[in-house]
Amino acid sequence: MQTFQTDLLCIGAGLAGERVAIEAATAGFDVTCLSLVPARRSHSSAAQGGMQAALGNCAMGEGDSPDVHFEDTVKGSDWGCDQEVARLFCDNAPIAMRQLAAWGVPWNRVVPGKSTYFKGGKLFEKEELQEKEGLITARAFGGTAKWRTCYTSDGTGHTVLYTMDNRAVQLGVVVHDKVEALSLIHDGENCLGAVVRCLKTGELRTYLARVTLIATGGFGRIYRESTNAVINDGGGLIIALDTGLVPLGNMEAVQFHPTGIVPTDILVTEGCRGDGGTLLDKNEHRFMPDYEPDKAELASRDVVSRWMTHHMRQGLGVSSPYGDHLWLDIRHLGCQHLATKLREVDEICKNFLGIDPAVDLIPVRPTQHYSMGGVRTDKDGLAYGLKGLFAAGEAACWDMHGFNRLGGNSLAETVVAGMIIGAKVVTYLQNHHVSFPTGLVRDTTAAQQDRIKRLISGKSGRENVFAVRNAMYDALMHGAGIFRNGKDLEACVQTLQEVHARSEKIGLRSNGRGANPELALALRLPGMVRLALCVAQGALQRTESRGSHAREDHPERNDRDWLVRTLATWQPGASLPSLTFEPASTVWSIPPGERGYGGGKIIPATPTA
Amino acid sequence: MARNLTFSIFRYNPQDPTSTPHTDTFVLDETNHMTLFIALNRIREEQDPGLQFDFCCRAGICGACAMVVNGRPGLACHTKTKDLPDNITLMPLPFFTLVGDLSVDTGTWFRNMAQRVRSWVHTDKEFDPRALEERMDNALAEEIYELERCIECGCCVAACGTAIMRPDFLGAAGLNRLARFVLDPRDKRTEQDYFEIVGNDQGIFGCMGLLACEDVCPKHLPLQDQLGMLRWKMGWAGIMNLLPWKRT
Ligand SMILES: Cc1cc2nc3c(=O)[nH]c(=O)nc-3n(C[C@H](O)[C@H](O)[C@H](O)COP(=O)(O)OP(=O)(O)OC[C@H]3O[C@@H](n4cnc5c(N)ncnc54)[C@H](O)[C@@H]3O)c2cc1C
Ligand code: SF4
Ligand code: SF4
Ligand code: FES
Repeated sequence: MQTFQTDLLCIGAGLAGERVAIEAATAGFDVTCLSLVPARRSHSSAAQGGMQAALGNCAMGEGDSPDVHFEDTVKGSDWGCDQEVARLFCDNAPIAMRQLAAWGVPWNRVVPGKSTYFKGGKLFEKEELQEKEGLITARAFGGTAKWRTCYTSDGTGHTVLYTMDNRAVQLGVVVHDKVEALSLIHDGENCLGAVVRCLKTGELRTYLARVTLIATGGFGRIYRESTNAVINDGGGLIIALDTGLVPLGNMEAVQFHPTGIVPTDILVTEGCRGDGGTLLDKNEHRFMPDYEPDKAELASRDVVSRWMTHHMRQGLGVSSPYGDHLWLDIRHLGCQHLATKLREVDEICKNFLGIDPAVDLIPVRPTQHYSMGGVRTDKDGLAYGLKGLFAAGEAACWDMHGFNRLGGNSLAETVVAGMIIGAKVVTYLQNHHVSFPTGLVRDTTAAQQDRIKRLISGKSGRENVFAVRNAMYDALMHGAGIFRNGKDLEACVQTLQEVHARSEKIGLRSNGRGANPELALALRLPGMVRLALCVAQGALQRTESRGSHAREDHPERNDRDWLVRTLATWQPGASLPSLTFEPASTVWSIPPGERGYGGGKIIPATPTA
Repeated sequence: MARNLTFSIFRYNPQDPTSTPHTDTFVLDETNHMTLFIALNRIREEQDPGLQFDFCCRAGICGACAMVVNGRPGLACHTKTKDLPDNITLMPLPFFTLVGDLSVDTGTWFRNMAQRVRSWVHTDKEFDPRALEERMDNALAEEIYELERCIECGCCVAACGTAIMRPDFLGAAGLNRLARFVLDPRDKRTEQDYFEIVGNDQGIFGCMGLLACEDVCPKHLPLQDQLGMLRWKMGWAGIMNLLPWKRT
């Protein structure tokens, strides 16, 4: 068996993982990144819309500042975020964008002069300043007071990830792709690396590292309908949870994006609505202004998704063989706009639906999209519970998103967090030394070897891996979707516990040799069900509605009892996560208040002296 | 009328000593909006859980799912079965190392390519976190983005006659990558620097200009123009090289 040793092991080579890697490599440390796929195929490349930073260059961004960005972020989070972290993020985002420009991202730039734009289906005019010519420009996104989302056409994630990976190549960062981390190696106190399966040969390997970073992205694939890549199944969260020591934060906070297309659940960017697209019902009536007169389609995602679901429940959805949906209308934006600024959308419509968005309406419905929850870290990115373990990006609960992530704030988070946490990793590497007990490494590897043998031999049971996975999908979709209630959540938790027991009894139908995909899923599935249980159990306990977590039986946001973050750990052999709670923020620069959209009653926090 | 589709799929697991290269046949009823992504997943779930293939974004933006569909390299995720006949033959991309069945290792080749073309902005400017970003004309930014849209799917290389004969050929993807930096004013490399990378048979002079690459590129990159531009520029750089007084 191969063993690799490195200073920093980044599990994940998306934007967050590579940005941290670059910081450590620049400081002269040895870095190895692991990835299920070639680094450039990481899901970061799929982000179309853009990333937020208060540069204030474009006309509609005039007067923007990190303070305004901060306010939007805190409101967007429904006061669930850590305000100290949100502050760090907003202050550093402009630097991160400029650095990306220096590294080669072809950001769209300010073009001086008059031009028109759409808002809510109506045409407006704006004038860009001569003195700003050639600076990074921005577009509108939901939930923001100013146009603040920097972009490269609608391939932002793609260009930023390619630039990042170019930088990583330049600095000699090693990437091992087509590998999957199966377990962390730790002695109960220090994290020492990971046991990894090669997805080319099926062999196990060990990686020993002084610092380990989890940057494995979101876990959307525990839901059946998700905009996430098929590789986003929470691998990094699973190995953290399996230590029994590292808590996951706010797992019940799951974001549904308003515009996944039907039937394939591919995302069409929020940029469509930002650029003036509207939502229509079966009568082709634009309904969002009825619910949100002010923000309409540009209220934050949780709000829009909920109103869409509500509207469909009123019988106003368009019925189809794949269930009800609504329409997204971008016809009025014109061919020129579609062919340049929304080209990927144009291609998605043509390639996957066989329709032309310049003349046809796009069938959409809310679809699982973003995981606010993740490995809980402090503001330095250090995970709770183990030394030498960090987390960044969507896999982390660093927590600037609270209960709802604003569009454009997560791609920005990956690079800003990567920059800040990368610097902390460097300091940590300079000051901490560990030794690697060989017995421990051997035992951790043997445990995974044993799981593989049992699965191949069929000794664990005869459950079909796909059937068990489908049972998990059904339970989650029914109990822990957009609207939640106590009764359905209880049933969901119970079903998931049964599914969990079944997931331990999977037997392979194929021979499991080499890069066998059935074996890969069988190894991962019990952990995925545990993540699903963290979501459902957290949602059941949280008897309030906040951000994307909406309880029909507790419609009010309850600051008195629930201004807290959920922490879930999993004790070895348990059938449910153990939940504890910590204050949502230690700093309250902006005290809890109304978001200004989304309605709903608030039970105020008891004033304390 | 719902069709029954017959899939003939290449099978070989190099890690399994009992496996030999062969073709397996699967029959599936066609459904509405069916893509090869949907079809292959159904085959795996319902008929053969060991079947190897790669998908990632399933939305035509990550490049993971390239394979040879009825003789032509393309992205499986945005290939709709309704555009195909009843018999569908699927083969792995040639040229790249086979992982198993329809799955190939593109990562190693593309990372090596990035190293060879030194795929980053070459500059000696230090980044100053307090300074404004350097200005750029928006039209130029869009032109650069146009070339940066390559998703490293490997279709162009798999379709390229030169690449099949010369494994060290940079391929249209590599040449296009270099063209992207030639266009970028932030990159301070000179034409001589670029010439050293592509002014040879592994680079632009190996290309026979038959343009199979552009035909199969799923992102419709203007590969033909880039190859032409490079050949022209590198031709000049090459002549300059031969003139001793022009050398620096
Ligand atoms: C369709 C779509 C569009 C989006 N658009 C936007 C947008 O416009 N703006 C915005 O701000 N945000 C957007 N987002 C969100 C944003 O793209 C993600 O949150 C962000 O890219 C996550 O980056 P990351 O580096 O944390 O993870 P990823 O880019 O997902 O990378 C995860 C890495 O971990 C690796 N990995 C995973 N598990 C394992 C394992 N077990 N072992 C080894 N490696 C592993 C993967 O291979 C990959 O390299 C979008 C998301 C989606 C789904
Ligand atoms: S034009 Fe050149 S790069 Fe393209 S397929 Fe032909 S030989 Fe290959
Ligand atoms: S140039 Fe086109 S065909 Fe070649 S790798 Fe890039 S996207 Fe694929
Ligand atoms: S799966 Fe990403 S391009 Fe096909």
